Parts: sequence; structure tokens; C-alpha cells
Amino acid sequence: MATRGFTGRGRGTGAEHPGRLPPGQFLTTDFPVLSAGPTPHIAREDWRFELRVGPRQIKSWSWGDFIRLPITKVTPDIHCVTKWSKFDTNWEGVSIQDLLADAALEPPTAFTLAHSYDGYSTNVPVKDLLGGRGMVAIAYDGKPIAAEHGGPARLLIPHLYFWKSAKWVKALQFTERDEAGFWELRGYHMYGDPWREQRYSGD
Amino acid sequence: MAQGALRLVKLVWQPATVVAIERRTPTVKSFFFRLPRALSFIPGQHMDVRLTAPDGYEAQRSYSIASAPDGTERIELAIELLQDGEVSPFFFDTVAVGDEIDLRGPIGGHFMWSVDDGGPLLLVGGGSGVVPLACMLRHRAARRSAIPVTLVFSARTAADLIFGDELRMLRARRDGFHFIPTLTRETNPAPGHRVGRIDGSLLSDALALLPSPPKLVFVCGANAFVETAADALLGLGIPPTTIRTERYGG
Repeated sequence: MATRGFTGRGRGTGAEHPGRLPPGQFLTTDFPVLSAGPTPHIAREDWRFELRVGPRQIKSWSWGDFIRLPITKVTPDIHCVTKWSKFDTNWEGVSIQDLLADAALEPPTAFTLAHSYDGYSTNVPVKDLLGGRGMVAIAYDGKPIAAEHGGPARLLIPHLYFWKSAKWVKALQFTERDEAGFWELRGYHMYGDPWREQRYSGD
Repeated sequence: MAQGALRLVKLVWQPATVVAIERRTPTVKSFFFRLPRALSFIPGQHMDVRLTAPDGYEAQRSYSIASAPDGTERIELAIELLQDGEVSPFFFDTVAVGDEIDLRGPIGGHFMWSVDDGGPLLLVGGGSGVVPLACMLRHRAARRSAIPVTLVFSARTAADLIFGDELRMLRARRDGFHFIPTLTRETNPAPGHRVGRIDGSLLSDALALLPSPPKLVFVCGANAFVETAADALLGLGIPPTTIRTERYGG
């Protein structure tokens, strides 16, 4: 039912790009921040990224090793569950398929959990990470990613709501089952497709 | 800790009737809604608001619940006017008592606290970031809890202290609640107010009012405010796992 008196005068910026803004989202040029706790400040020399199968570590990269992997550039639109979307964001990083290739690992299960330095985790199906759909990003707009936006490195899975793009990422773990991560345990959707408006569990 | 339960119930949109509107500060109004049925929630949680244009276009925003959970159909959302916004100007200019607005919730499973979670507690709010913290304090008062709590509330001027009178009244009960308002654009404030932006020394004073280190710290406000406060708290030795944050805007 229509809300009395509401016409949506602020829709101008989104309306110039028909079909590009998922339902319930608004366009912003800012880059808002959403975090459950304080921003961890991780020095590059202390940073490591691990690939795990269950509890077993398959490979671990230092920052120096990591930035010598093939670097991919992408320019996706991103969509936050708190309703903002941002178009044409510039990222550089290592695609998950390149990461797996460097570890000589075929995906052993269909699900993953990404783990972060602040204890955050989020679940992502493997199919959403491969084929260029997911990367570990190490640069935003041509510069190192600021700590408050997840630097030194964050996951980037732009076709899902942005909480899936875990900040301060330190490990990707293959899991037998689709295990709920931090926000998924707290009422947010297990998959998080913005085009199907999967914000909360049950959506 | 009231969290962790995987909620599989779908959060449905419900038409809520605006039953009262109250101006809180020059830029904040409270909207009181009556929902179709009683709402059970935990202080700190928020509601999603949906506006629908005649052609089907929708705008959604999240607003923290300001009223304490009381088992009724009535809730209060405090909404700050953002001049270039889409939803808040509509609430300020157009919404009237008797209107129906779609709401769904409660939402959020991390930035929340009830007296059952215990304390002591440090609350740090900037501007409209005080709203979920005020909900916690109202809940604490309604439950006649004596859990030690200090609230640091940063606003531009005394007139911008949302719920200022109510917070001062709660402080006057002397039941373990301490309130430190700090004003960033006031040079000659009334007694009981501090002047200046939040920093380590102010937060150190706030912590000193608690009988022991806080079990939990809640920080809510604009991102730069939250970053400053959370970094200062880490500098004072507060463990990061005890600090929960909620950030507004860029």
C-alpha cells in the first residue's frame, strides 16, 4: 500500500540507472562503514592469509607472497544491507580461483567460512567465489584499503550484500556444511542476494 | 548473553499507525507508533521503515527503537533530520498523526543489552547515536536495576542533547547511573556539562565512575565519532571483544 504523501523525491540519482539499484536500496557516493566492534589495525608485516580445509591449513601467505600473486581489477556496484548502494567501486586483489590455483587446491566442499582478524566470520558458497565472482581485495581506488574499510585485505563478493565481503580477512575455510557466520547467527540471511532482498533470515 | 539463536521466522512488514509526534531537539523528532500486535525486542535493536510511492517505488531505512520494551504495541522511533535525505525529510515535513507506515523488526543481534546481561556498562553516544543507548537506560530504569552505567553523550549544544531532561532526571535517582554530557560547540555550558570532543581523558573519567572495568561498552554515532571513541577505549586498555559499535553514515 502506498504511503500517504510519499513520492520518492530523492530517487533521482538511482532512477538515472534503471535496473541497477536493487529493491529497497538508495544510491550514495559516500563509503559508509559498518562494523560490529573497534577497527583492528593490522600491520602488513604481521598479516597472513590462510587457506584451510576444515581445521587443516593448506597454505599460508605473507603479505609479500600475497601481492606477487596475479592481481585482478574489478569495478563492481556494491550493496549494503543497511540500504546504501555505491556504483563503480574500484578494487584490486587476488581472485579466489587464482588463490586456489597457487595452493593447487580443487574446492573440496561446496561451502566456505571467511574468518577475520576481529573474530568476525561469514559464510559463502564456493560457487559464489569462483569464476571471478570473489576476491581478496588489497587496494581500493588505487590505494591501500584503509583500516576502517577492512585493510590490509578484505573479501570482495560484490553480488551479495556487503557484510559477506568480510573486512580484515585472514582465512578462508572450506566447510562440509553451510555454517552460519557472525551476522548470520544474529538474524541476517544465510545467502544475502540483494536482488532477491535477502536481508534477514526468512526473507 | 541474549544472542545467537538462529531466527528463522520471517520478519513481516506491518502497517503501524502514528499515534504521536514529539519534537526532541531542533533536528530530532520522536514518532510513536502503534503496531498491529505487541513487539518483543531487546534494547539496542532497530526497526526497518518502508515508504512506498504510488508507482511502487520504495525507500527503506533503519531506525533504533528509543522506547523500552514494555510488552505493548507502542514503540518510539527517534528520527534525525538529514537535510539531503529522502526518508527523514518526509517524516519531518509530511508524516502526521493517524498515518500508517510500514515497519518490520526487531532487527540486530549484536548491539543490544538487557539487565539480564549484567554490567558494569559504559555507553558512548554521539548525536542521534544516543537513541539505542537511551533505550537501554530506559529499560534499566523500568526494571529498577542498579547495574552501574556511565553514559558519555556528545552533542553540539545543550539544545541538541536528545532526551537531555530525562537523562538528567535518571541521573538524579543516584542509583548507579552516571551521565556525562559533553558539548562540542558550546563555550559556556551550564553546570554538569563538559566542553569539547570525546577523547581518552574524558573516557578515562567516565570509566573511573564505574566500580570495576565495564563488562560491555556500547559506542554509537557517526563513523568518525565511533572510530575516535573505540580507538581511545583500546588505548585505555579496554579489550576489543567487550566493545560493540554501531555506526551511522559515512
